[in-house]
Amino acid sequence: MKFNRLAAAVACAGAFAVGGAHAQISGDVIRIGFITDLSGVYADIDGPAGADAIRMAIADMGGAINGKKIELLVADHQNKPDIAASKAREWFDTQGLDLLIAGTNSGTNLAMAKVAAEKKKPMISIGGGSSRLTNEDCTPYTIHYAYDTVALAQVTGSQIVKNGGKSWYFLTADYAFGTSLQNDATDVIKANGGTVLGAVRHPLAASDFSSFLLQAQSSKAQILGLANAGGDTVNSIKAAKEFGINKTMKIAGLLVFINDVHALGLPTAQGLLVTDSWYWDTNDQTRAWSKRFFEKEKKEPSSLDAADYSATTFYLNAVKAAGTDDGDKVMAEMRKTKVNDFYAKNGSIRTDGLMIHDMYLYEVKPQSESKYPWDYYKLMATVPGDQAFLPESKSVCSLVKKS
Amino acid sequence: MTELFGIPIQALFGQLLLGLVNGSFYALLSLGLAVIFGLLGIVNFAHGALYMMGAYAAWILLDSFGIDYWFALVLAPLLIGIVGVIVERLFLKRLYKLDPVYGLLLTFGLALIAEGVFRDRYGVSGQSYNVPDALQGATDVGFMILPNYRAWVVVASLVVCFATWFLIEKTRLGSTLRAATENAALVQAFGVNVPVMVTLTYGAGAALAGLAGVLAAPVIQVTPLMGSNLIIVVFAVVVIGGMGSILGSIVSGLLLGLVEGLTRVFYPEASNVVVFVIMIIVLLVRPSGLFGKSA
Repeated sequence: MKFNRLAAAVACAGAFAVGGAHAQISGDVIRIGFITDLSGVYADIDGPAGADAIRMAIADMGGAINGKKIELLVADHQNKPDIAASKAREWFDTQGLDLLIAGTNSGTNLAMAKVAAEKKKPMISIGGGSSRLTNEDCTPYTIHYAYDTVALAQVTGSQIVKNGGKSWYFLTADYAFGTSLQNDATDVIKANGGTVLGAVRHPLAASDFSSFLLQAQSSKAQILGLANAGGDTVNSIKAAKEFGINKTMKIAGLLVFINDVHALGLPTAQGLLVTDSWYWDTNDQTRAWSKRFFEKEKKEPSSLDAADYSATTFYLNAVKAAGTDDGDKVMAEMRKTKVNDFYAKNGSIRTDGLMIHDMYLYEVKPQSESKYPWDYYKLMATVPGDQAFLPESKSVCSLVKKS
Repeated sequence: MTELFGIPIQALFGQLLLGLVNGSFYALLSLGLAVIFGLLGIVNFAHGALYMMGAYAAWILLDSFGIDYWFALVLAPLLIGIVGVIVERLFLKRLYKLDPVYGLLLTFGLALIAEGVFRDRYGVSGQSYNVPDALQGATDVGFMILPNYRAWVVVASLVVCFATWFLIEKTRLGSTLRAATENAALVQAFGVNVPVMVTLTYGAGAALAGLAGVLAAPVIQVTPLMGSNLIIVVFAVVVIGGMGSILGSIVSGLLLGLVEGLTRVFYPEASNVVVFVIMIIVLLVRPSGLFGKSA
């Protein structure tokens, strides 16, 4: 009896929510903000092209939902968390921003997540890699969409050890990102029966990597793990080729984007092992979308460009289904919906905000096997989302109820 | 195996040699800075940008015009030298009468603009420049495998450094140049066109930076930011050598390369800082630098 009454109440509440939905687009416009690095070191991996990917998603939605226009605001955070946070705050306060998409740089992502949570509006993090976004610093409004450092370490470490790469040596960027990547990967390698023979830490933006590489080589490890990013990774790989290190050791980049491989060229990058969330040349669906992207940008999309598009579409569909752009309601809608598009299959958003989807290990092809421009990767392993990402039971996010 | 401080002697030699390679880049860059400061009194903050433009010039020459490394080695410094001449004629010559800080600010601004333009045009991931065919491969020098290209870099930059030093310190042209910086009016009275000489000197300093850029292109990724990553270290090298001292910049460039190489073995985390630590010590003990004339 009691149960029935409760059910009736819930049904009533539900009907009311749906009934009032049409009038619930705030300011009569759905406003999306994209804050990323448009001009600095990360500008090539999403940046202006990522903004265009979001514009594509909005255009594909018809530019409006139920007659309410969709608008995009874009800003450059210059890799400064304070600029990112104050821009986000300004847009929430004066522009009635409904969704914040956070581009590259973990520091800025963490700063913006706090603002979005305070304003009770969803933030989808695309380019930030820090696992703190869904652990220590998780919020009910953060969705971490594309990848995180734990998944990179997990996929790279476990798959390579399984394929026989038992002994490792790390070349690590000497700051929080590098050391946490190295520590995460070390745990995975040991858990899978491999060993880590040592590590050398280099300063950020080091001028020359050859000395560090010779130290790595003398360790006689099979695998050289690069726990660094961007220009440091590119210059490490270049020096490794020059000194013939890539003949005695297999190199695994823990954070390498296709743009880095493109910049290096196949003769230098060949044989490199890379973990990513998406590759443009995977199937007909990814190729079809990438073709449209290429026509605009004259380059193939990175995984982040694809995630920008996918996340925008996912959000807009949730707004459509919920009939409102209210932060809480759209978040609830997104949490119960699967991501199913060219970017991810059966992706789902966990309590801590992590979007769980498959991750992939690729090997960079030699020049002789590359048949057309941007034909760079060979798939080595597909790791299902529940194995790639940190298990929910281990998440320290306060939203996850511990039993 | 014989060891020194727990490091095999062989490995130590290898690291010292690598230090020498990096040191020769420092020497070449700080040489250009020293020439410009010593003769013109300008703290040329655009030096890193000129170095970057030298590397890009090599890449553009190859990519768009099919001009190979060896021609680029001559053409690119020439182009950057012309850029230097234009900058001097348009801007710097108006600043000689002012406080040196104006020259510093101007060149710093120009460097930021140049970086911004290249970043906008070519992106930040950078371009890859392959080692020329003749210098592909590596030689086993007993204690390590030395890539031929790196050996070439050491030889080329030592030759250029010595030639520059010789030109300025030992030739008639050099002595006129030095005289002009001491007393421009007097030298002019002897019929020497001092303004043209000053312009060409800045152009030559810029060309040295351009040459370092071409030499570096096959070793590191050609990116718009490659200059700003290096310029501060190079300034420290110049300060250690003694502002404006030609010989000082060459010797301290090579020495600091070696010290940095050793730091990479014993305490890699400090390898970016060690140059500055030495700079502080030198400034405390000998404020005019190792080779500087005390004021």
